[in-house]
Amino acid sequence: MTNSWTDIKNTDVVWIMGGNAAEAHPCGFKWVTEAKHNRGAKLMVVDPRFTRSAAVADHYAPIRAGSDIAFLSGVVNYLVSNDKIHKEYVRHYTNASFLVKPEYGFSEGLFTGYDESKRSYDRSSWEYEIGFDGYAVRDMTLQHPRCVFQLMKKHFSQYTPEMVSRVCGTPEDKFLKVCEWVASTANGERAMTIMYALGWTQHSHGAQNIRTAAMIQLLCGNIGIPGGGVNALRGHSNVQGITDVGTLTASIPGYLALPTDSEPTLESHLAKRTFTPLQPNQTSYWQNYPKFFVSFLKSFYGDKATPENSFGYDWLPKLDVAYDCLRMFETMFQGKTNGLLCQGFNPVMSIAHKNKSIVGLSKLKFLVSMDPIETDTARFWENHGEFNDVDPAKIQTEVFMLPVTSFVEEEGSLTNSSRCIQWKWRAADPYYESRTDIAILSELFLRIRKLYEEEGGMGVEPLMSLNWSYENPLEPTADELLREINGKALVDLRDAEGNLVRTAGSQLASFGEMRADGSTDGAMWIYTGVYGPNGNYSQRRDNSDPSGLGVYGNWGFSWPANRRIQYNRASADPDGRPWSEAKKYMYWDGQRWTGPDVPDYVATTPPEKATGPFIMNPEGVSRLWVRGLMADGPFPVHYEPFESPVVNPVFPKIKGNPAARVFATDTEVFGKAEEFPIVATTYRLVEHFHYWTKAVHMNAVMQPEFFVEISEELAKEKGIKHGGMVKVWSNRGSVKGKAVVTKRLKPLTIDGKTVHQVGLPLNFGFIGETKKAAPINTLTPPVGDANAQTPEFKAFLVDIEPIVGPVA
Amino acid sequence: MNIEVSRRHFMKLAGAGAAGSTLTALGFGEAEAHLAAHVRPFRLAQTREARTTCPYCAVCCGMMVFAAPNKENGGKLEVTHIEGDSDNPVNRGTLCPKGAAAIDYIRSKTRVKHPMYRKPGSDKFEQVSWDFAMERIARLMKDDRDANFIERNKDGITVNRWPTTAFLSGSSLTNEGGWMTYKVARGLGMLQLENQARI
Repeated sequence: MTNSWTDIKNTDVVWIMGGNAAEAHPCGFKWVTEAKHNRGAKLMVVDPRFTRSAAVADHYAPIRAGSDIAFLSGVVNYLVSNDKIHKEYVRHYTNASFLVKPEYGFSEGLFTGYDESKRSYDRSSWEYEIGFDGYAVRDMTLQHPRCVFQLMKKHFSQYTPEMVSRVCGTPEDKFLKVCEWVASTANGERAMTIMYALGWTQHSHGAQNIRTAAMIQLLCGNIGIPGGGVNALRGHSNVQGITDVGTLTASIPGYLALPTDSEPTLESHLAKRTFTPLQPNQTSYWQNYPKFFVSFLKSFYGDKATPENSFGYDWLPKLDVAYDCLRMFETMFQGKTNGLLCQGFNPVMSIAHKNKSIVGLSKLKFLVSMDPIETDTARFWENHGEFNDVDPAKIQTEVFMLPVTSFVEEEGSLTNSSRCIQWKWRAADPYYESRTDIAILSELFLRIRKLYEEEGGMGVEPLMSLNWSYENPLEPTADELLREINGKALVDLRDAEGNLVRTAGSQLASFGEMRADGSTDGAMWIYTGVYGPNGNYSQRRDNSDPSGLGVYGNWGFSWPANRRIQYNRASADPDGRPWSEAKKYMYWDGQRWTGPDVPDYVATTPPEKATGPFIMNPEGVSRLWVRGLMADGPFPVHYEPFESPVVNPVFPKIKGNPAARVFATDTEVFGKAEEFPIVATTYRLVEHFHYWTKAVHMNAVMQPEFFVEISEELAKEKGIKHGGMVKVWSNRGSVKGKAVVTKRLKPLTIDGKTVHQVGLPLNFGFIGETKKAAPINTLTPPVGDANAQTPEFKAFLVDIEPIVGPVA
Repeated sequence: MNIEVSRRHFMKLAGAGAAGSTLTALGFGEAEAHLAAHVRPFRLAQTREARTTCPYCAVCCGMMVFAAPNKENGGKLEVTHIEGDSDNPVNRGTLCPKGAAAIDYIRSKTRVKHPMYRKPGSDKFEQVSWDFAMERIARLMKDDRDANFIERNKDGITVNRWPTTAFLSGSSLTNEGGWMTYKVARGLGMLQLENQARI
């Protein structure tokens, strides 16, 4: 989230799309209720189903699953063509004024530089025009035909209300009402928040969904202000923290990059990422990348990391190709993976195309499951009849199921979706024989290291160089590990004038103290400050809120730098004055930036320097035009899902995202509309959390079995009765469940054709207390977003029929 | 800084107060004191209280967890009750149907109780010792790493990677557990490292 849960109370319009906070995040949703009750805020929900969020909304608009970009682009078109934008904000805080290279072009759904054989783009024509002074060229009048604003006007002009309705099935009046409510906030007087979740990410164009939402918020001036923001509600309790830590194939903690084969030296790695400003006086914070990267290496390799050996750079594994989870299972499917460790992860349930996953797992030599509860994955080799029809005798995988402590039996910190790091204290002893993840992995690592000491082997030096200086090497404490994440001074640190700023051994107070010469460590720069010289701030529990704006600055610690609203410089105009009294937040008081939050940059930088709020971008401004940073285009385009019931009404020649990756082994797995005419989407239930609570008695009682939500019209057409059993199948497999015939779903008219949608809750499997069911990912396609590789779980094709005979 | 302490003290006071004689001093009459002497102390006064966060979604609601020693289980501290943390500014004491039932997660029937092992081709798990499991896993990992580790790529560039073993990391684990996972996986040279953020 750019903002926080408690900040939602400051908003005037709440737009929920691609999520269902009332059911998936009920205790966060209360802040929507607060805003409605106390400020008269309006709630609008756009969703294929009339969800419980929709049930309390002031306006609901239906949409076909997978057509969000057409809808959002329609809103962009409405704003720019009707001049309903926050002009000063757009001029000063976005790249609307920047000129794009003359080589850039867009035609029939494709940008310049497309190579069909590689399914990828040469993105060189998507860059800014650079002037003689080395800075990007701007036209502050926004009139130049090649400025981003003019390109945008042209690009989005196709997404008229008529086109939106044709593509999305949303009635025009319902779409226009959304546009009007959005536009009502484009003035600095009012704010809108956008709340989304996996309904936007799980598409072959998921990243562009979110980016289009960001564009809308920027056009309205809703980023960096109270009650604004693009707010990812997020899934697991620490998915934010674990994303930050970066247990992701191409990551190093704190959004640094794992080096690749093409970066043989530390210098070559740093040179690609140390961005210099593209405008005068800009922060361009990634200029500090070397400080963060070297500090990470110092935490990783300790004393063994020296300037002479480039701080151990050679020991880091180098990436040949990104093994995102879809590629991971593809590699396994091809028999090229021998071992898999699953820690609190149940891929049989959560990876697309379950039958492919089972084949892959069956080819492993060993599988280790570390989890407090038994997972479907730990028992993938077990025959569960129609729900998991395998022959154990034919599966040669050795499987370990290790008992891990539950959330109350360990201590440590978690980061919520507001980026707030909060400590939890251990409440109980470990149940049964369970042990913490930290203890299990430490012992395993030390045992492996001992084997290498005794026997030698491959890659010994990197392994032996890893820094393991914990008081009890077999079980480092959470306190020690958080201190290591934060970082410390390794020698006395002095500023440019020679004054001592931090003594050797002292914890760092901020990432601003990090150095690139090896004199500081710190595993994850963005968390620096959470455990500074004054102790563990994640343990702070002061819930006072002096401004009354829901800031809670002394509760836990929000990264970065305890900032609660990111880009808060944008809450004031270019002269440093609040846009309005109603939205007053951070402002220039003549001496410094002040207000209830931590400013984006040095507090004494005066407004005259025009230092932009978007400090991570070398431009200093936000990007309506994303340059070459996304695989599938500098602007969003409506592409159909890989399985779609219609020909793309906007660009008939192009169906799925042209830059999305499709594995050769998967080309045959996609179903066609003639055979599978119905759009399916997945979602979770308020009573269940993913695949855990099917093991929890109370939740299994409340919501005991899988069902299929269908419209009354589809039920009539197929002869399906409410409560009757149905079979739903895609080109990859089938599932069975009871039909819930409901008014919550309605057939839509898409490009003149009636299209039905069915809703499939994702929480049920073959292990646990709920009634056995085939995992819903038996049906879903193994294709991911072109940028993030998040699988397309939210829009695919199925067919449905009633099962005649006795119902269990 | 940590209100946990003051709340606990309050509970203890409230519990101890019910013991009798002090009640008169607090202004209770004889009859009330007599009655109060027979009232059992608050059960919560006998428990240890800790602040935690809900394990489920990323709202990370604050929770108060109450635990007491289980005499039938060697005095192990076990959870007796969970409720929302009313001091938490986000959830303000509320919990949803998942969080409110979280105690049933801790004592789930399908909780993994012991290290379990399934032999190749077998149709069952068997209970093993931690020592057996750790030794066997360490051996399997080392053998696979030795057989497939790449120190240099075909162009002679040092790459130090182990491409044949994968790690799916949990996203409900603590930041500290995540950092430990990162360290071990990358320290061994793994590239196939992912978590739920992708899905």
